[in-house]
Amino acid sequence: MTSGRLSHGGAWIDRSKPVGFAFDGTELEGFEGDTLASALLANGVVGGFRSPILGRPRGIYASGVEEPNAYVEITQPWFDPIVAATTVSLIDGLVARSRAGVGRLPSDPDSVTTPRVGHRFVHVEVLVIGGGASGRAAARAASVDGDRVLLVDEHPVVEDPTSSGDVTVLTNATALGVYDDGYTVVLERPGEDVVWHIRAGRVVLATGAIERPIAFAGNDLPGVMLAGAAETYVKRYGVRPGERAAAFATNDLGLGVADVLLEAGVDVVRTVDARSGELVIEAMGRERLERILVRTTDGGEEAFDVDLLTVSGGWNPNLGLWRSIGGGLRYDDERATFVPDGGPPWLSVEGSAAGDVPAGTPLWSVEHGDDAAKFIDLQRDQTVADIAEALGGGLRSVEHVKRATYIGTAVDQGRTSGVLAAEIVSHLLGEAAGAQGPSNARPPYAPASYLVLAGPTRGDLLDPIRTTPMHPWHVGRGAAFENVGQWKRPWFFPREAEPMERAVERECLAVRNAVGAMDASTLGKIEVVGADAPAFLDRMYTNRMSNLPVGSIRYGLMLGLDGMVLDDGVAMRLAEDRYVVTTTTGGAATVLDRFEEWLQTEWPDLRVYCTSVTEQWAVVAINGPRSRDVVSRAGTDVDVSREVFPFMTFRDGHVAGVPARLARVSFSGELAYELHVPAWHGLEVWEAVMAAGEPFGIEPYGTEAMHVLRAEKGYVIVGQDTDGSVTPHDLGMDWIVNLSKGDFVGRRSLRRVDLVRPDRKQLVGLAPADGRTLLPEGAQLVLEDTGEIPMPLAGHVTSSYRSPALGRTFALAMLAGGHAMHGRTVYAPLPEATVPCAVTSSVAYDPEGERRDG
Amino acid sequence: MLLVPCPWCGPREEIEFRYGGQAGIAYPSDPDALSDEAWADFLFMRDNPKGAFAERWYHVAGCRRWFEADRDTATHAFLPADHRDGPRR
Repeated sequence: MTSGRLSHGGAWIDRSKPVGFAFDGTELEGFEGDTLASALLANGVVGGFRSPILGRPRGIYASGVEEPNAYVEITQPWFDPIVAATTVSLIDGLVARSRAGVGRLPSDPDSVTTPRVGHRFVHVEVLVIGGGASGRAAARAASVDGDRVLLVDEHPVVEDPTSSGDVTVLTNATALGVYDDGYTVVLERPGEDVVWHIRAGRVVLATGAIERPIAFAGNDLPGVMLAGAAETYVKRYGVRPGERAAAFATNDLGLGVADVLLEAGVDVVRTVDARSGELVIEAMGRERLERILVRTTDGGEEAFDVDLLTVSGGWNPNLGLWRSIGGGLRYDDERATFVPDGGPPWLSVEGSAAGDVPAGTPLWSVEHGDDAAKFIDLQRDQTVADIAEALGGGLRSVEHVKRATYIGTAVDQGRTSGVLAAEIVSHLLGEAAGAQGPSNARPPYAPASYLVLAGPTRGDLLDPIRTTPMHPWHVGRGAAFENVGQWKRPWFFPREAEPMERAVERECLAVRNAVGAMDASTLGKIEVVGADAPAFLDRMYTNRMSNLPVGSIRYGLMLGLDGMVLDDGVAMRLAEDRYVVTTTTGGAATVLDRFEEWLQTEWPDLRVYCTSVTEQWAVVAINGPRSRDVVSRAGTDVDVSREVFPFMTFRDGHVAGVPARLARVSFSGELAYELHVPAWHGLEVWEAVMAAGEPFGIEPYGTEAMHVLRAEKGYVIVGQDTDGSVTPHDLGMDWIVNLSKGDFVGRRSLRRVDLVRPDRKQLVGLAPADGRTLLPEGAQLVLEDTGEIPMPLAGHVTSSYRSPALGRTFALAMLAGGHAMHGRTVYAPLPEATVPCAVTSSVAYDPEGERRDG
Repeated sequence: MLLVPCPWCGPREEIEFRYGGQAGIAYPSDPDALSDEAWADFLFMRDNPKGAFAERWYHVAGCRRWFEADRDTATHAFLPADHRDGPRR
């Protein structure tokens, strides 16, 4: 006795198109239009599945996304770790195997074929979800006003909505989530998956209803099936789900399936109408359903041999999407279920989803028989006994029971179990029916892999990649890159097989002893223009920028309103009313946004315009005692002599035949020139500099050497040595805070009690006593190694390097009261050893600044 | 994802915006005159009502303009520009 294909019928299948597939290693055949589940039933496969926790035999139970049992892994033609067989459209060459509720990812992601995924973005006036009669009517009604209407349905077939208006129908399309203001994500499959991002003025949910099971002993055996599913298999797929059947229902619709089965040639031996007091009290069988026990109205018991028992405990409006966007529910006594009640104004519900479902007698659980065999959530293997145990432990809310039992949290999201569980909780607590709603629903409505959601936004397309005009040169030179924000910056330039440590040492020594060049194009650059630009910059920076002479450069520090260091950079005054300020590479957007915020919201009276010019200027930073020679040899019409071109000034002229701004700023402490050139000349000037520097031993250097060189000089990097809780005073930078110039952002906060505590963490240098240990950045510092954990922590390491110039390791650290602790020893307790470190000034190299003028 | 009503560009996707917190918190005209408590109140303390809330938004990936909008924090719905009395800043 088994299921099989009928000789006729099946509205959705095409019998002229056979389709070959494999299931659990067996070659089988179905028809185009089948689901994997209908094709399995057509081949006599009802069971063959196992429950995830108890390992009980399970069979096909439903016909759609609500399926709790029949889960498969698909390996051909593409990979899907877990999907309900009832939702898989049969295609030629499909290879699937049963999976017990839990998918497994391949250890090698490249060993499987994944579907191509595209993302599409559309706007419509009306989106209708669900292509049944109500959905089609809603689409038809909406289209008469000339509105664009999109109708999506998860099935492969939707009847023509017969509208003369603008109605687009998407089949095989499941709405994963409905979000604020009509934003809806729909997954269209199979084949080439498309994720639709739909912004709709109005969303209509015509999502139908999901049949509710009844909890009775043995109700999880293969051969027990929801009544509507049995009808679907007969009518849509021409499949007979069994040979000898009984129907158990609380409502007319559920009993009506008996007629459908009879017509299909199934031997229907009994209908059990719960409204008359009859009950199925047990389903029995070993690997599948063999017999049912019926309790009659007079209290007698009758046994029937069947291989199919259809069950209908009523219908629940399918409201997962409705609830996930905040739609409310109310319990309807007549229909014995929850119906929608109150939601966002742009969202409406139609048809059976709105509560238009058959009335019936409420029956959740059959009293007779073993509670531990009355399954509620088949995918979590949870029974009436498990709910009773949770309540016995003191739980009183269905949300708590959900978390204790995991009912409703499996792949099927509890579509068949949610309302049932809530009602059994209410019943066992002696509360009225509907006293507790079902536990909440959240997107996604149906499982969707990260691969699908990510779509093309992976790998190189994950995030924009920004490169400088000199990037091809760096690549050609074999640079190792690091990501700084979205920028690719050369980290170091290894020579053949040279380890990083050696490369960085070589690059550092070149700058200290001869000359090096760094691509500094990623520095943020903002042009600040207008009559009030000087006054504006005075309010944004801690020091005065209004008295900066034209042609000069000044370092500046920017604070948040809370007094904490936000960013730093230099300001170059191009004209009385025009500056270019630089920002950290990662801080450019933040600083520009900050400027705009203050100008627009607090000081709209200031005549100032800000323009990002980061990408308009390429910057070559030439550092080292021979940098002047390099600039001269590259060819320039600017007098670069020490006497006429002093530190912290700039000159406009030409270098290597192209217009250039030469700036004497140094982030290494050495004599240095920055060449700012129009971006399209960046590569050309870079190459000219490298060629001109050859006789002097010029080396390209990357961000790591730059970090070492600046740290040797005690120059902080905002965001590395600072973390949003560091004031200028903490950094020992009182010299740049001008309290007499008038108000500036953050000024008032510097007087707050907490910001003037003497025991705040302050910037210091650290010299590990052995001169060799490289402290890990982030390492904690203690004043005394008590050997007992926890120890009072006194600070932490923010930067740590080997210094080729000093011939030892060193670090920068934030240390409580550190400014007054120079000369003392602190300890870094590391897993392998505790490292004593001398506290030093933060400036380890050339503290007198004798090298900057060459 | 909200549809944010930019007064310059019209309704646009939320990802184009940066949220600016409570509106109408003016920078004090003389911060030096404020006590630590008053300054901290300006700096840190914001309302957190359930219901209508005047907010600042910044159309950072659009017109780069700051603007104010009133929104119901319980439903997320933006309220019509004329729902409250008095001038908007």
